Amino acid sequence: MSKHLNLTLHVWRQKNAKCDGKFVEYPAENISPDMSFLEMLDVVNEGLIRKGEEPITFDHDCREGICGTCSMVINGRPHGPRERTTTCQLHMRSFKDGDSITLEPWRAEAFPVIKDLMVDRGAFDRIIAAGGFISVPTGSPQDANALPIPKQSADLSMDAAACIGCGACVAACPNASAMLFVSAKISHLGHLPQGQPERHLRVRDMIAQMDAEEFGTCTNHGECEAACPKGIKMENIARMNRDFIKASLTYRPATSGGGVG
Amino acid sequence: MSVAEQSIAGAEARGHGFLASSVGRKVVMAATGVILFGFVTVHMLGNLTSYMGAEAMNHYAEFLHTMIHGMGIWVFRAVLLTAVGLHIWAATTLTLDNMAARPVGYRNQKNVASTWASRTMRWSGVILAAFIVYHLLHLTTGTVHPNFDRANPYANFVNGFKVPAAAAFYIVAQLCLGLHMWHGVWSCTQSFGLAHPRYDSLRRNFATGLTVLVVGVNISYPIAVLTGFIH
Repeated sequence: MSKHLNLTLHVWRQKNAKCDGKFVEYPAENISPDMSFLEMLDVVNEGLIRKGEEPITFDHDCREGICGTCSMVINGRPHGPRERTTTCQLHMRSFKDGDSITLEPWRAEAFPVIKDLMVDRGAFDRIIAAGGFISVPTGSPQDANALPIPKQSADLSMDAAACIGCGACVAACPNASAMLFVSAKISHLGHLPQGQPERHLRVRDMIAQMDAEEFGTCTNHGECEAACPKGIKMENIARMNRDFIKASLTYRPATSGGGVG
Repeated sequence: MSVAEQSIAGAEARGHGFLASSVGRKVVMAATGVILFGFVTVHMLGNLTSYMGAEAMNHYAEFLHTMIHGMGIWVFRAVLLTAVGLHIWAATTLTLDNMAARPVGYRNQKNVASTWASRTMRWSGVILAAFIVYHLLHLTTGTVHPNFDRANPYANFVNGFKVPAAAAFYIVAQLCLGLHMWHGVWSCTQSFGLAHPRYDSLRRNFATGLTVLVVGVNISYPIAVLTGFIH
């Protein structure tokens, strides 16, 4: 049996969005290195509940690294020290006995703290609603492969679509910019023929919404790419900029008339 | 209101203005940056005439002042002033937005990908702005020059750099220019959307090469004067 760990947690505790928060120290004792990070927090919370204290609130759902719900900054890095790993997939074997671990929520004006380590990422939903979709008539299904799509386009689209919308890019960015997220969503549709009809409208609307949510702007540090648990590339941001420049240069206001030949 | 309706209302309220948008201002920053690093490159090349002696440099200065019937230099000045103004405007508004985007910071944020150059763009930019003002007062108007002679730019150049404090400030400013250019030249390709795996190493290498060339040659001028190589 591997040696169990004794750790000290410094956890951001904040009752609600209106209250001020502060760091509180908790011991995490007798932690198995085989536990996931969230299981370790579960153990700490069990102890707090037994003592009649308020457990630490944190977001989590699937716990298998694909839903994008878990979110916390562990020792200054979103999702902790391991590359391409979400908090739920981080295991305690990544830490040493006696380690001190600082836990903070995602920090951004656009992601207000709901409680403790849980933030409201509704801004991402509103950006998607502004343009991160395609409009298709529903009805009988099309023939499979009716639309030829180059293998590389499909691959690049899927790479961008791997974004789980966790917000680590915003949390890691020194400017709290959401451009990696927005560009991933724009790219995963933009690489495919189905994304073309609304391509220019999409980039303008999503960027307008991103700005309205008061995210920061990209200064090309590259911290987002390094923090992303899904390996989304900064090349997507360049692609978004390119689409935005093209869309702005060729913009025509919508008209009700026209199209009759 | 549904999320979709809120979104559309938000986007409409914000408008679609290019210059109001974050990416639009980044493009302004990049485009004016290209003008400015293009200028410093030409400026560095022009000053190579100092190594060819007083006559060559004074002749070059006279050419600058008389080209296109004396209009040329004013066109250059107007373009540069506009570029600097827009560059500072974009930098200031984007920086304020970025600061407002994270009102509460982290206890200790670990940087893993950013560079010292990328994190100090604001500071290197401010130092460069101060340097440009000093540089104009020093060698263009002569206001802060110990013995300025409008008819002899070469003498101004040599006498100006004989003051160790002035030479030191030039060298510090050039090192700031190096940091600013190294991140900026690469960064502007990203803002223009010129990213492709095939050219990624080229983008980095171009930024490094141009920076080393411009800063290296520029630093050589005060050093050449101080060591007596140019006299």
